[in-house]
Amino acid sequence: MASTYSSEKVDYSAAMNLEPVAAADWLIVAPVLVSLIGGAVCLMMRKNTDAQPKLAILFLALLVLVNFGLLIRVLDQGVITMVMGGWLPPFGIAFTVDALGATLSLIASIVAFCAGLYGIVTVGTTGRRYGFYPFLVLLMAGVCGAFLTGDIFNLYVWFEVLLISSYGMLVLGNEKPQLDGAVKYGVLNLIGTNFFLIGTGMIYGVFGTLNMADIAIKMSELDSPASGTLLTIAVLYFLAFAMKAAAFPVNFWLPASYHTPNIVVSAVFAGLLTKVGVYALLRIFVLIMPGSREALADLFALVAILTLMTGAFGALAQSELRRLLGYLVIAGIGSMLAGIAVGTTLALSGAIFYAVHSIIVMTALYMASGIVNMMSGTYDLRQLGGLYQRNVAFAAVFLVLAFAVSGLPPFSGFWPKVLLVDAAFADGRALLGAAILLSGFLTTIAMGRVWIYAFWRGGPEGTPDGESVGPGAATAVAGGRAAGLAGPAVWLPLGILTAMIVYFGLQPEWMLELSTRGAVGLVEPRGYLRSVFGGL
Amino acid sequence: MRTVIFRTIAPYLSALMVLYSIFVLLRGHNEPGGGFIGGLIAASALAIFGIACGVAAVRRAIKVHPMSIAGFGLFMGAAAGVISLFTNQPFMTSQWWPIDLFNVQIKLSTPLIFDIGVYLVVVGAISSIALALEERESD
Repeated sequence: MASTYSSEKVDYSAAMNLEPVAAADWLIVAPVLVSLIGGAVCLMMRKNTDAQPKLAILFLALLVLVNFGLLIRVLDQGVITMVMGGWLPPFGIAFTVDALGATLSLIASIVAFCAGLYGIVTVGTTGRRYGFYPFLVLLMAGVCGAFLTGDIFNLYVWFEVLLISSYGMLVLGNEKPQLDGAVKYGVLNLIGTNFFLIGTGMIYGVFGTLNMADIAIKMSELDSPASGTLLTIAVLYFLAFAMKAAAFPVNFWLPASYHTPNIVVSAVFAGLLTKVGVYALLRIFVLIMPGSREALADLFALVAILTLMTGAFGALAQSELRRLLGYLVIAGIGSMLAGIAVGTTLALSGAIFYAVHSIIVMTALYMASGIVNMMSGTYDLRQLGGLYQRNVAFAAVFLVLAFAVSGLPPFSGFWPKVLLVDAAFADGRALLGAAILLSGFLTTIAMGRVWIYAFWRGGPEGTPDGESVGPGAATAVAGGRAAGLAGPAVWLPLGILTAMIVYFGLQPEWMLELSTRGAVGLVEPRGYLRSVFGGL
Repeated sequence: MRTVIFRTIAPYLSALMVLYSIFVLLRGHNEPGGGFIGGLIAASALAIFGIACGVAAVRRAIKVHPMSIAGFGLFMGAAAGVISLFTNQPFMTSQWWPIDLFNVQIKLSTPLIFDIGVYLVVVGAISSIALALEERESD
């Protein structure tokens, strides 16, 4: 009976990778493994609400470390691949990591680590018992998996993993508006996921493989890269990922749901989820289907312009701080879409840099708005005021974040905008370049309005000029919630993220090099393909 | 639902179903069955026990919370893939340790560990949902 399974008789080398794998190559799967095991351990400890945050933060710190190691290895060795169970594509699932995936994975894990710290204060015992920390760590399994996988169906699976975790986080408090927001979010995402799945089914029907590198090779061998079938697949994918990314016609779920959950959940979502959609657009339309991207470039540009305008005008019109920030997320998505629409190396590196910037700055802004709420007990701009007098340092941090999200120098938002505008004009898309600039200008006004209302003026609406409502009165509004401010747990993550924004603004070379490498790897995928199949 | 006949038979029925689910789990590697379907059978055993004798009795019987069972299953599944790290092979490469026990060869392997992990995840997740629903009904 044993002989049936002995490997001596069959030559597996055509279908399997039988080479010994260096232990360092395990870094490729380490981010997913660490988050899966971390999530499982947190799930087992669900009753122990004191130990849970510590464990989760420990695992998230470990996640940052392995992602950092992975990025260093990718920069050192080029694109690296590991095939699960040794089975080569098209049989097995490959994890293929390039500079783009490793960079985004690292930044995402830093943001998740900060959110873990921030959650110590904002997520109470009930939220912990309902599983905030297991969901957060498992969400990271989905996010990192999506960034690192080299298989299109596997990408779908990681999307599901992160969506399921995000549903859980969205309804954490079990309040009515939360359920309402979760239904909108859930329905839209399920529809998007269905389009994704249908498109993937068609890809498999056409090419007989689901490995991204394999599809890219077979796609480039086709005679007519823009046939009807391929265009259908391309439009399905575009619609699916545009929904995830909250691009213009399908953006309404984001402002409808992002202001309902716990503020740290909003921060994580605003930072990570839409950017996974943008990443998928980059991966599929630039690496796998470059022909379809060229055919749809004008559509992309139109959607990008409309998204930029929706986001900017929406932000101007809002008086609820969290909803306003939700529209700024959308405006950022427009900038990244603009990079994909132009499609040159310069534009793509701008889009990648912008994605990194947007992950950090949107999370930081939501965290800051959470602190605003702790200090004054409201998110309503009409009732905010006088925060400058209560904490000058916080006012300065908020101003830095406002500058960064508007794309003003010397912060991290400036450089990707320069790249994107430069690339748009160089490509002859003047309207697109103008839209990015106009959106930045409107964002400056919207954020300036927030800063003046919440920090600069003396007190809530109706306070006469020159007078100020003393800190004592404002503390009375906040009640007991201000007590939470004592801990460093809310200031440390905000500090880390703000420091990154300032660092990437003043020293952009490192991030520019990373995003350029990521963009070159997408436009000239030879290294990516060679890493999966060897030779070539 | 709490008739005398049902309440009398339910513990035996549940025990049989759990036993059968383990049989389906172990048979699953090369024949129909496996962790997922086995887990479903075990979860329905717990659900039947809950309908007959009340959710509190089920929670007492399984000692730990179902979500913790699911967590442990996830842990097992992930850990099963890591073992190939020590043989210089890629993640999730299956390792086999056949042992002879009274002239019967038993093949212990990482796929078996993974399958047990799947079984526990399914038992934990589904019965956690089922118990929550049953609890609401009896309130």
